[in-house]
Amino acid sequence: MKPMHNFPSTQSALKALTKNNLRSKRKLFHMRNTILTAAFAALILLPTACKKELEQENMQFPALEPLRSDTGAGTWKTILLSRPDQIPVAAPVAVTSPDYRLELQEIVSRQERMEEADEDNLKYWAAGTVLRWNEIMRELVAKYNLPPYQNPDGSYPFPDANNPLAYPYFPFANPPYAARAYAYASAAVYDALVAAAHYRSLYRRPLPSRTNPKIKHLIPVTGDWTYPSDDLTAAGASVAILSLMFPGEQDYLQRRLNACRDAILLSGTCSRSDAAAGEALGRGVAAVFIARARTDRAGASAGTPALWQQLEQKAIQVGETPWKSLETPPRPPMLPAFGKVKGFLLDSLEVVNNRPPAPPSVHSEQFRKELAEVLQYSLNPTRERVAIVHFWADGAGTYTPPGHWNAIACSDFVKERFSEVRWARNLALLNMAMFDAAICCWDAKYAYFNPRPSQVDAAIKTHTGVPNFPAFTSGHSTFSGAAATFLAHVVPSRAGSYKSMASEASVSRLYGAIHYRSDIEVGMNMGNMLGGMAVQRALTDGAE
Amino acid sequence: MKPYFKFVLISASMWISIWNPLHGQTETDGLWMPKRNFCGGLIAGASSWTHYWEGTLHRNNQNIGTLSSSFLMAMGNYGVGENTNIIFSLPYISNKASAGTLAPQQGLQDLNLSVKQYLGGRNWKGSTVGLTAVGGVSTPLSNYVADFLPLAIGVRSRTLSLRLLGDLQRGIFFATASVAYVRRASIEIDRTAYYTTEMVYSNQVIMPDVFTWMVRTGYRKDPDHIVEFFADRMNTLGGFDMRRNDMPFPSNNMEQTRIGLGAKWALGKQGLSFMGNVSRVVAGRNMGQASAAMAGLVWQFAVPMKTKSIN
Repeated sequence: MKPMHNFPSTQSALKALTKNNLRSKRKLFHMRNTILTAAFAALILLPTACKKELEQENMQFPALEPLRSDTGAGTWKTILLSRPDQIPVAAPVAVTSPDYRLELQEIVSRQERMEEADEDNLKYWAAGTVLRWNEIMRELVAKYNLPPYQNPDGSYPFPDANNPLAYPYFPFANPPYAARAYAYASAAVYDALVAAAHYRSLYRRPLPSRTNPKIKHLIPVTGDWTYPSDDLTAAGASVAILSLMFPGEQDYLQRRLNACRDAILLSGTCSRSDAAAGEALGRGVAAVFIARARTDRAGASAGTPALWQQLEQKAIQVGETPWKSLETPPRPPMLPAFGKVKGFLLDSLEVVNNRPPAPPSVHSEQFRKELAEVLQYSLNPTRERVAIVHFWADGAGTYTPPGHWNAIACSDFVKERFSEVRWARNLALLNMAMFDAAICCWDAKYAYFNPRPSQVDAAIKTHTGVPNFPAFTSGHSTFSGAAATFLAHVVPSRAGSYKSMASEASVSRLYGAIHYRSDIEVGMNMGNMLGGMAVQRALTDGAE
Repeated sequence: MKPYFKFVLISASMWISIWNPLHGQTETDGLWMPKRNFCGGLIAGASSWTHYWEGTLHRNNQNIGTLSSSFLMAMGNYGVGENTNIIFSLPYISNKASAGTLAPQQGLQDLNLSVKQYLGGRNWKGSTVGLTAVGGVSTPLSNYVADFLPLAIGVRSRTLSLRLLGDLQRGIFFATASVAYVRRASIEIDRTAYYTTEMVYSNQVIMPDVFTWMVRTGYRKDPDHIVEFFADRMNTLGGFDMRRNDMPFPSNNMEQTRIGLGAKWALGKQGLSFMGNVSRVVAGRNMGQASAAMAGLVWQFAVPMKTKSIN
């Protein structure tokens, strides 16, 4: 390279050179090359330095090794099944039969041919089948929890269950929809696992390794009997309910089911006929739940334009300000007839009888005080409060507040080392409580049809999105009260934490400036009541 | 000696705050502060958009209306050696939406610190060419919220960047081209689970790195008298598209191509200069189609001041 001389654009760099001798010129030349090399090297290395990886909490869960095997769960009280053998399961072939020996040989050869991907898959499912299917459901809720975009004329399209993959995708998995999906799937898995426990005790088919000692147990073994497999029973029930709730995801669900089956067949704890019987039982039990879901009035929960009008008129007639959508163009209220959906813990009459008294009138002094409080939180956010708002927001595009409580519950259940059937039972009661919480909360919202704070005072800017439905009562508070009360019963050591988490989730809606204090306090009481009903059921279902 | 290489233009960049077109462009020109000279100033600017790209879909959002951003930025450039400059910039940003209920956001954003090293140059067919490397770091200076796009004032990622820049001067005309790679650290958000194209159970968000290029050309009689056209492009290397009718997320796949006009002009001979530019985003992905303008005053002086070296 030529030494630099008198180039206008390099004058300042040159200054040093022209003042100095050749030696320092050479020095600068070398230094320049070194820097140049280093710069190019850095440009190449920068993208590859320190691979970016996330440590996800749920990927660290250890293999499930239950503290109690709960082999007597076949006598636990079921939710919809009239008897544990309502869905028949044929007796297995004898362990001495050639067919069964062939099945065991399959396990041996699977274990011999195991590759790294198989091992990873096994490690994933070993944490618990009920847990993993709950996670899959949360993921689908998050994927589908987006409000449809408006039509060109400013109206909104409604998702169509018969055409789920055409926009707007079916479903819009909003919080009530999600609460119902979580409840149906969890309850079906529980009933199916009770039935599976019943049949396992009845048929007493021994572990594969008892018949073929070449089979290794690659995951901890619970119980001595394997037919039908509880893992595949849970998977079969989950896939069936999720296919109903997320009809566009059948391929995906089938892939996850195949992976689940592969893992369990590899584990050495289950043969192919154990798996097949379990999957069929799970699907059979799920069919009972699906029949109920088709007639639980959820299909009509979106209401009609006539109903939307009627709700508005009703609020005007009693001298209140009716709720208005704060979206542009105005979006119809979210699931105004969801309060009429058939729940698991309360019947519809009880829902109405338990409806809280009306919130403070918009003309009352109490209302003015509560509105002023919301404005204060709107105008004076602290970073700590905003963090609380965002932690609990669980808004569009997320697994919703019930999903959040499922995640909280699962993290703790992992530590409690429940058996699969106890996992299922606790998740079923948790989600039944939250489903009924959604029903009671939505009943109150549309009984009173009251405005959000920002509707009454446009100066109230919010720290999270304003949900598109009336304020009273707060859904977050109702869900959280129900969840915390029930979870405190099954994980008593965490009772204090659940209570403070629920309080924080509840007040986050006031901090976010989207709810009045009445909404969150009454919602919390309502949720506590529903959690208490789930506890009552837990005390009498034979599991405690 | 005439302090030829003394100052630098500032404008707005993408990779400090991806939704807010704002950056210290001092790293992106071929100009220099002489040793022991400091140039500092304040720049004010505003940008706004009503259309944005949801993935590749160009749309508006009546629940955002127009997203307006304004900023005030302190910046400075010090010549630590004949071939080495240290540059910083620190913006205060304020964002608001004209429709919907979401609360406006404001605060000090990220401190950006760069070392600019001249690598060498030569005469080439009557032109002068020079090569420069710029290494930079940036870090958030306040505890602002990143996971509240499009109102968030930034994405909070600490960055490490390296830019290689070539500059050519021929008479009163110049052309500068640069490429940069920006390494972005993961960020922490306030929630413990989020959905990208799958569920993620973590409060950490892996931020895709960013590649940018920029070209600028025009009239440059001397470093105090510049009128230029510029075009730049940034794109994240990875990230995901917003889903239909979803909100943006810090680790989206963001792309932006922008064009603009800028100027720097000395006001008298006391080292005071005006600078400013206007720009418009012409293509993008998961970002707003912003139009932006900014203007400011910068003052150059020698340190210590008694040996001031202005012309």
